[in-house]
Amino acid sequence: MFGIISHKLVASTAGGSPGQPILRAAVLAMMSNYSTATKQIMVREALNSALDEEMAADPTVFLMGEEVGEYEGAYKVRFVNSPLTPVSKGLLRKYGPQRVVDTPITEAGFTGIGVGASCHGLRPIVEFMTFNFAMQAIDHIINSAAKTNYMSAGNINVPIVFRGPNGPAAGVGAQHSQISSHWYSSCPGLKVLAPYSSEDARGLLKTAIRDPDPVVFLENELLYGESFPVSDEVLDSSFCLPIGKAKIEKEGKDVTITAFSRMVGYALKAAEILEKEDLEAEVINLRSIRPLDRSLINNSVRKTNRLVTVEEGFPQHGVGAEICASVVEENFNYLDAPVERISGADAPMPYAANLERLALPQVEDVVRAARRACYRSVPTATTA
Amino acid sequence: MAFWLSKSRSISSLLGKRIGLLTILHERNKGSFLHSRRDAVFRYKNSPEFSTKSATFSATGRRFKSSKTGEQVELPSSDEDDDENQAVDFPGGRVAFTSRMNFTSESSGKRIPCFRVLDDNGYPIAGSIFEQVNKEIAVRMYSGMVTLQIMDTILYETQRQGRISFYLTSTGEEAINLASAAALSPDDVVLPQYREPGVLLWRGFTLQEFANQCFGNEADYGKGRQMPIHYGSQKHNYFTVSSPIATQLPQAAGVAYSLKMDKKDACVVTYMGDGGTSEGDFHAALNFAAVTEVPVIFICRNNGWAISTPITEQFRSDGVVVRGQAYGIRSIRVDGNDALAVYNSVRTARQTAINEQRPILIEALTYRVGHHSTSDDSTKYRAVDEIEHWKTAQNPVARFRKWVQGNGWWTDEYESEFRSNIRKQLMEAIQLAARKEKPPIANLFTDVYEENAPNLVEQERSLGETIKKHPQDYPSDVPL
Repeated sequence: MFGIISHKLVASTAGGSPGQPILRAAVLAMMSNYSTATKQIMVREALNSALDEEMAADPTVFLMGEEVGEYEGAYKVRFVNSPLTPVSKGLLRKYGPQRVVDTPITEAGFTGIGVGASCHGLRPIVEFMTFNFAMQAIDHIINSAAKTNYMSAGNINVPIVFRGPNGPAAGVGAQHSQISSHWYSSCPGLKVLAPYSSEDARGLLKTAIRDPDPVVFLENELLYGESFPVSDEVLDSSFCLPIGKAKIEKEGKDVTITAFSRMVGYALKAAEILEKEDLEAEVINLRSIRPLDRSLINNSVRKTNRLVTVEEGFPQHGVGAEICASVVEENFNYLDAPVERISGADAPMPYAANLERLALPQVEDVVRAARRACYRSVPTATTA
Repeated sequence: MAFWLSKSRSISSLLGKRIGLLTILHERNKGSFLHSRRDAVFRYKNSPEFSTKSATFSATGRRFKSSKTGEQVELPSSDEDDDENQAVDFPGGRVAFTSRMNFTSESSGKRIPCFRVLDDNGYPIAGSIFEQVNKEIAVRMYSGMVTLQIMDTILYETQRQGRISFYLTSTGEEAINLASAAALSPDDVVLPQYREPGVLLWRGFTLQEFANQCFGNEADYGKGRQMPIHYGSQKHNYFTVSSPIATQLPQAAGVAYSLKMDKKDACVVTYMGDGGTSEGDFHAALNFAAVTEVPVIFICRNNGWAISTPITEQFRSDGVVVRGQAYGIRSIRVDGNDALAVYNSVRTARQTAINEQRPILIEALTYRVGHHSTSDDSTKYRAVDEIEHWKTAQNPVARFRKWVQGNGWWTDEYESEFRSNIRKQLMEAIQLAARKEKPPIANLFTDVYEENAPNLVEQERSLGETIKKHPQDYPSDVPL
């Protein structure tokens, strides 16, 4: 808001009326101090604005998925801030049914259709209601999208984005809580992104849409309604974040904590708690799971010598396993303690709230792991 | 009478409840109950459309037979058609009611007939109406079919000799291959399954290019990344063959969506076999193509076999053509071994698809004379004389030859000369392809992404160093 006022002031004094120069100078000075973080937007809005801008800029970009079009009309008024408000709000009205396509219920089908459209000059964004249902389309994601550029010897590009909420929501049971990050990340040919904040969401989605390769964009349902401060730079329509670069959310020197998506928030909270114990954690927001920003992670571990990886997914062959392997391969001698992996429980997600809580990483788990990595004594059992 | 009629609805519903019947009343105040009643009972049982007629409450004083609860009671039906008022606007549209509980039969009794233009001996069937094919196209089609035949025979043998790892023939389906290709324009995008190399051949892919792909050498457009027969050619608008079955179908609908948005004067043509129609992707593709109204032609090569599964075990419908209507798609069944019939139907389908922006389904009936592939021995699951019959008596190449020769456009001398010519060309192409260098190692690392991935660039560099350090361990015939 301040930005808008100062804009208006500058504009109105641009004509050079003599009485205003001091005010103008003052305003400009204040603007430069407040040029960052003036606005708070929800992740949902960030995604919506990214979609809107990219669709406006490029007429070949179109959105397809179940309930992306008409559904937004039904709930817009009543549930403006609810998890039910879809990310595609307003797009159907603005761009029409040719660019916002409500598909029949066949993930395998519409994913294949999206891949076909992208092979011939369009840039579809395929939305899955959740990535659990994307499992029904996984053949098209892997065999038709990921491998096609390679198998067609570079002749057929697949500039497609697969996006949707990934991972546990709250109390939705096993078939609605699967995390797919590590499955897609093991596939050459795919790029896998996992935004955390609104800035991540906007920047990474724009880059994903502009990218010539298939991108799996893993959002998080529980983050949709969370607000984050964003600078004017982030709100600019050309704002893009590079793929393959992680972000250091908080610098530290004692232990590196890597996380992605919702777990970044948990890691930051854990870091606050650890600060009180004189442990400064460096929190890394991975942003990009494939390609992984190995150099940033490794540099951080060289600095702190200790590593904790956090993820919501199942433990075996998870993202943390790959990070651990990378660090051990490249910086074994820099590690002062074994790598700690925090992950979801090795069981299908239970429904009952208390069980679900135990099946997912909590802030205390991250804190405890960090303490263990720093050789502080900790109780080994979780207290429920 | 009139008074009785005006009351009849409420009374009949009461009676209906007591007798346990559904009754829909005619609100029309017609006095035709009397004369229709006599033959109504007779017609009721024998009329083919009795299921769509609504029951009428007869108000002519006919006494109902007393009935015990649960026993079926027949009311005489009226001659009249269903009243338009007896319908409801359910989601999806207005539907008229019927009080005849009738399950639509699982089969319509008669199979959908198959369009053909030439008889078994290559003579145009009297009274058949078809677009004539001129000499140039006919000869080009025929020579393409012969070339495909020879290519299949020789490359199959090449696999048997161990010189290539795999091959798959289109024997018996040459007419579908060449005739459908001839009916298309070069701008039409083709998404093949894998038994349609004839389409590429028509579009100008040379024998050398086919051989290069099969041998996976440095000249292969696929950069040595695909198994043999997985051809692809951007300049010929032919998408690279992909092994998983039927995945090309929804992709074709997607490509057609792109063409529709571009408003191009072109359509998409995609092929599948009878087996492919069982895949979920078939359903999604047809349904979606119909809903989005895109210009795509789905050509099903129903050749009777999906590896070892005969069509009796593949589906219970009357083949594939009947499914089109289930999706709201115009369909036709055509004799796949009749080159002219295939040509005509694809031409018409193309015009319809583009002008009306709608999908079309063509079921081309044929027979897979060869084995499924070089990994298959079909004599293990089907009779040898069945194969022989289709190879000889129903050979599409021979049949078309008779027509072409009958027009004076081809002779036996041309035939033997042409065949030996092609054979010679192909042998040379194979020799050359076998001698050519293998693709460079660099091809391993490129095209995973549009821009080379940094980790792969690093690995390639590191591999290069290792090879420099230990040249004696690196095979001499693999270029870097």
